[in-house]
Amino acid sequence: MAKPRAAVFSMTSCEGCSLAILECENELLDVLEHVEFVEWREAMSEKTTEPIDIVFVDGSVSTHHDIKYIKRIRERARMLVPIGACAVNGSVNALKNRYGMNEAKEIVYGEAGAQFDTIPVRPIRAVVPVEFEIPGCPMNSEEFLRIVRDLLLGKKPRLPNYPVCVECKRKENVCVFEKGMFCMGPVARAGCGADCPSYGGWCEACRGFVDNPNEQAHWEVLQERGLTPEEVMQRFDIFCAWEIEDRRARAQQEKKE
Amino acid sequence: MADRKISIFVEEVCRVEGHGNIVLNATDGKIEELRLEITESPRLFEAFMLGRRWDEATHIACRICGICSIAHSTASVLAIEDAFGIEPSEQTIALRKIAYHGEMIQSHVLHFYYLAAPDFLGVPSVIPLIQSHPEEVKRALRLKRLGNDLCKLIVGRHIHPCAYLPKCMPKLPDPAAMEALHTRCLDARRDLDAAVALFSTLKLPDFDRPTECLASWDPDEYGMYRAVKIKSSNGDMTDTREYKTKIREFVVPHSHAKHAETENGAYMVGALARFKINYDQLHPKAKEVAQALGLTTDCTNPYAITVAQVVETVHSLEETIKYLEWCLGRELEWEDWDVKPRAGRGVGITEAPRGLLIHDYTFDDGGKLTNVNCIIPTNQNLNNIEHDFHALVPQIIERPDDEIRLLLEMLVRAYDPCISCATHMLKVEIKR
Repeated sequence: MAKPRAAVFSMTSCEGCSLAILECENELLDVLEHVEFVEWREAMSEKTTEPIDIVFVDGSVSTHHDIKYIKRIRERARMLVPIGACAVNGSVNALKNRYGMNEAKEIVYGEAGAQFDTIPVRPIRAVVPVEFEIPGCPMNSEEFLRIVRDLLLGKKPRLPNYPVCVECKRKENVCVFEKGMFCMGPVARAGCGADCPSYGGWCEACRGFVDNPNEQAHWEVLQERGLTPEEVMQRFDIFCAWEIEDRRARAQQEKKE
Repeated sequence: MADRKISIFVEEVCRVEGHGNIVLNATDGKIEELRLEITESPRLFEAFMLGRRWDEATHIACRICGICSIAHSTASVLAIEDAFGIEPSEQTIALRKIAYHGEMIQSHVLHFYYLAAPDFLGVPSVIPLIQSHPEEVKRALRLKRLGNDLCKLIVGRHIHPCAYLPKCMPKLPDPAAMEALHTRCLDARRDLDAAVALFSTLKLPDFDRPTECLASWDPDEYGMYRAVKIKSSNGDMTDTREYKTKIREFVVPHSHAKHAETENGAYMVGALARFKINYDQLHPKAKEVAQALGLTTDCTNPYAITVAQVVETVHSLEETIKYLEWCLGRELEWEDWDVKPRAGRGVGITEAPRGLLIHDYTFDDGGKLTNVNCIIPTNQNLNNIEHDFHALVPQIIERPDDEIRLLLEMLVRAYDPCISCATHMLKVEIKR
């Protein structure tokens, strides 16, 4: 059997998730025995015009060019798998959606900003259909390997649908709130092993929310702990600004119907 | 070669971070167009950092870059500490430096083995090297993994640290894990010796262009983790808070990333700039390696940046061993995380693997950001790369197109540009 052909592409991102594939140092040589990488700009000069079995893309759609780019990639890909928060839920890129596009450009580039193409940020699935998404900022290399193996074996991979708090408790960490920090763990999707709280930080919900997050209750908790309503919104927004807006838009749509 | 038209368009230069194109059009040896276009999509970071709490700044700012997120985190906490008047303990600095040098090792190894070496070995990527140079590839993987694991030991991971905070480390590393990494660092000396042997056989393209260099300077060590001043290769020193008196940024039409200059024009930052400016403070082992590789402080060949990275990797490995031994030689003490924000401006300057990195924050009295300005190494190098292009192309214009294309691509790659960074952090003025 021929090896499956894989490729990696990037859009608006830090390219950390492409790099996270290279981070699978222990397994990389094994992966390359089973998968043939045919195109990957950050790591290799080789290119292909042939169809590709599995395409990984990091980054959000944030320009007109990105829209054309991802549509072309979709046509060439048997399976399209967005990797990392930018590609899956817009990540911090979507924070600019809170501004008017012209205002954001002007803040950064001044009058010269007018020459730049920028549109509200969207994740890939909002533009083209995708086969599976691997969340996280950055994506977790171990989870990536597990999901790729499942996809190549024709199995449907799964992501946990319980909050980061579950994994954090299992690790017997002191609750982040007890340390005077603010945490998104109660509403954030697990699967990361609660790495950030385990290293002394707090969860920022980089993997997005669980399916039915109790947003209202968590909003109240953060306010009780001392954040102003504006600060609470900023916390929710860091990684999930697009997700929040999208859910709101869909709820309005349902109401109308 | 009468009427020879050269039209080179390298769309999305490979084996660099981010999206950039090279454009060269020439007729009869006369250059009509020659530039490095930066097409990376702008992300407008500074716009959305404004108005946010101080404790969100570092973890958002590090998302500018996946390759040098520890350098961004370092510049960010240094800026916050400068603004709030915090002096971190010797222990905190030692721990941070283990992660900092871990990133330097992983980034330099990634560049000189995976991204640059294939050009010198005549292959399009590291993948064919798995067959032709299996031991070298395994060595590269081992070294890179060591860098990652050093970051992991201190801040949880190397791409976007789990917790990198101002004032102190929120978790102390496990002594057994430190001990194990110390052993691996000692073993890595052999791997680096072999890397040096490989690089001593590679021949750099002939090219020289003198240019001003800037790097972080610290009276006590080779300027990397924290700039006490910015030092120029002409000897000038600039106070960190006064960096704008030395560095001017400007917008050019063909680039989503700003360019930069000093009063002397384009300048270089990065491994070669640091090597030239701070050579005296380099670790003796790194100096030996520089000698073995033929690298000297009067070098004006930008292709030698890759060689300087090999030299610096030796320096960073020795520094890591030193700080691991410092930490292993005592009981690490728990420090409380009690940061008190106050109004004011703070500037944090560090060296990212690819050069001088500046974060400049202003906070209001509630600890919210009212101004953010960041200057990224790749922004500073873009102008210098284009000047190199204009000096190099007339020297090679008689050569075949493929060769010209390769030499231009190799030149861009030599600077190890980080285009996502360069496009995502630009000047911001608060408007309220």
